[in-house]
Amino acid sequence: MANTTTLDKKQTDLLAKLSYAMALSGDEGEVRNIILDEIHSYITDYKIDALGNLLITRPGTTDKPLKVMLAAHMDEVGFMIAADDGEGLFRFEINGGIDLRQLPGKAVIVGKEHTPGVIGARPIHLTSVSERRDKIPLNNLRIDIGPGSNKVKPGDRATFATRFQRVGASIIGKALDDRLGVAVLIELLKHSPANLDLQVAFTVQEETGLRGARVAAFFFNPDLAFVIDSTPANDLPVWDDSENLSYNCRLGAGPAIYIADGSTLSDPRLIRLLEDTARNEVIPYQIRQPGGGGTDAGAIHKQRSGIPSVSVSIPCRYAHTAAGMARTSDFKQTIALLQATLQSIPQDILAQERR
Amino acid sequence: MKDLIQKLTETFSPSGYEHDIRQVIRNEAEPLVDEIKVDALGNLIARKGKLGKNGKRIMLAGHMDEIGLIATHIDENGFVRFSGIGGLYPHTLFSGRVRFVNGLTGVIGGERIADVSKTLSISQLFIDVGATSAKDCPIKTGDVAAFDRPFFDMGRRMVAKAMDDRVGCAVMIEALRNLKSSPNEIYFVFTTQEEVGLRGAATSAFGIDPEIGISLDVTGTGDTPKARKMDVGLGRGPAIKIKDGGMLSDVRVVQWMIRTAEKAKLPYQREVLEAGTTDATAIQVTRAGVPVGCISIPCRYIHSPSEMVDTNDVDNATKLLVALLSAPITL
Repeated sequence: MANTTTLDKKQTDLLAKLSYAMALSGDEGEVRNIILDEIHSYITDYKIDALGNLLITRPGTTDKPLKVMLAAHMDEVGFMIAADDGEGLFRFEINGGIDLRQLPGKAVIVGKEHTPGVIGARPIHLTSVSERRDKIPLNNLRIDIGPGSNKVKPGDRATFATRFQRVGASIIGKALDDRLGVAVLIELLKHSPANLDLQVAFTVQEETGLRGARVAAFFFNPDLAFVIDSTPANDLPVWDDSENLSYNCRLGAGPAIYIADGSTLSDPRLIRLLEDTARNEVIPYQIRQPGGGGTDAGAIHKQRSGIPSVSVSIPCRYAHTAAGMARTSDFKQTIALLQATLQSIPQDILAQERR
Repeated sequence: MKDLIQKLTETFSPSGYEHDIRQVIRNEAEPLVDEIKVDALGNLIARKGKLGKNGKRIMLAGHMDEIGLIATHIDENGFVRFSGIGGLYPHTLFSGRVRFVNGLTGVIGGERIADVSKTLSISQLFIDVGATSAKDCPIKTGDVAAFDRPFFDMGRRMVAKAMDDRVGCAVMIEALRNLKSSPNEIYFVFTTQEEVGLRGAATSAFGIDPEIGISLDVTGTGDTPKARKMDVGLGRGPAIKIKDGGMLSDVRVVQWMIRTAEKAKLPYQREVLEAGTTDATAIQVTRAGVPVGCISIPCRYIHSPSEMVDTNDVDNATKLLVALLSAPITL
């Protein structure tokens, strides 16, 4: 049986490279190039569309194969330099959803050259107790790269400077949302089943409103779609020992299958297919708690005349902060589940009643 | 008509799980139409008529789905925590009864609160399905439920859960029965997932590519004690929508509806709804844009387990719809 829990060196190196890359919404080139490097010997053709989506079609070899779209987003949350205050200090805006409390004191990288900087915070010596109780508004935060450089300009993107690490069964890094999904998609592309027309989309601008997925789905016009993303695990013990009722999902419990989030009601036929496959193949899985949030599926399923869709996520603690944590087993089992599912999609799945 | 409304409102089909109501409506509509199909998101699309001289391709949308609840967690004692599908008001929930799509029933309980003048939030409520532990609970995370409340015939008024928008579906079915001839090609679309964001209407409109779109849905009223000010009341006729929280009706469509109502001597009301919207909003911005309007059935206590409509309003909405569809249309 294949190793379904730990990472080999190649996979670790690829995840590290993807995590270190800077790909803020609207400027995803770094990640796109890593993907192209990784897959070029497996594909004959690709398209980079007007918004920057990387789109690859792998035709099936069977008669009238289903067109199945797979999507994972390349972009990450982060910052954009808004104004130069002089002396190497820069005002900045937020890209995507970031809790401002996470920012002071974080090391960052800025611009194409990854110029190092820090989001400054007045140290404890010089602040009052009452001052420390309040969160610091964005207006009062600056990225500080020190004087003497002319490399950073308004409009440059910035992100957290976080070292990628393997710790036992876990990985720690920035932008695991959704570089984990990107790595899963690379794996699926390399071992794509012949029974389907696989339509692979590495999408842009998910964090700013599912914009890339929307146009990618229009282009592909698939029969159905799977979205691979990363969802927050809120599975730490509750402080008063009461039962944690809103964990969203849990690390180490396998891929998280979506039934309902803020933007999509997953197609019940696809949910059932994933669950049946997981049970048959003895792959652990969990149901992500129905609730808010959203993935690229929110844009894909409403495209054209409607596209039955479902999302599967790799759980990640501390999403949208400088450092997230994920389990290698969840990553590997997500690959295993999707691979097995793609191979077993019945040709007539959409002829079944949607229920 | 009342029997039809009872049958439609007593079916359980929250957004995304419309299969049961789709079957009920299909049984009613199929003998009356030229073609019927179900699309990728589960919309039931029934075509009546073919494009004739001076005819137009018209899409009617009434949504089949209803608001509901979805299990988010089964706790160690077997209580089901949930969140809403669509706009649930927490103050309508406590002690209510629900029925899951798989037929199981439950009652909504709540955590104790010290101050009884406060409303329990959804996170403080749970569904008690009679289980004693997580293990023996027959419900699992992701299972879906809707209010369980019987239809109630009060004579002039009718009360039911899911009147929003089964009454719109009923008006469309009755219009199908009463429509003698039409130069128009009419798509009666019973849409899905309206309550979570007009999703079924968006995709079915893309497929149909209509020249005119009309939604049939409920609207609020201003005729109850200390209600929000609104110039719509029960029993004063169907409401012709001019504006709501998401849409400005096409002025030509509004004028066409008013003209038709006056010519047919049907009562009508002019509707300006401040919050909330309908499928027409999604249809309007489909492809290169579609002129849209909406015929609303005034309804009290919307999104509660007891939504009330007036029988005459329902009948007059049907007559107005039939009159609109029967003749050639010039906007």
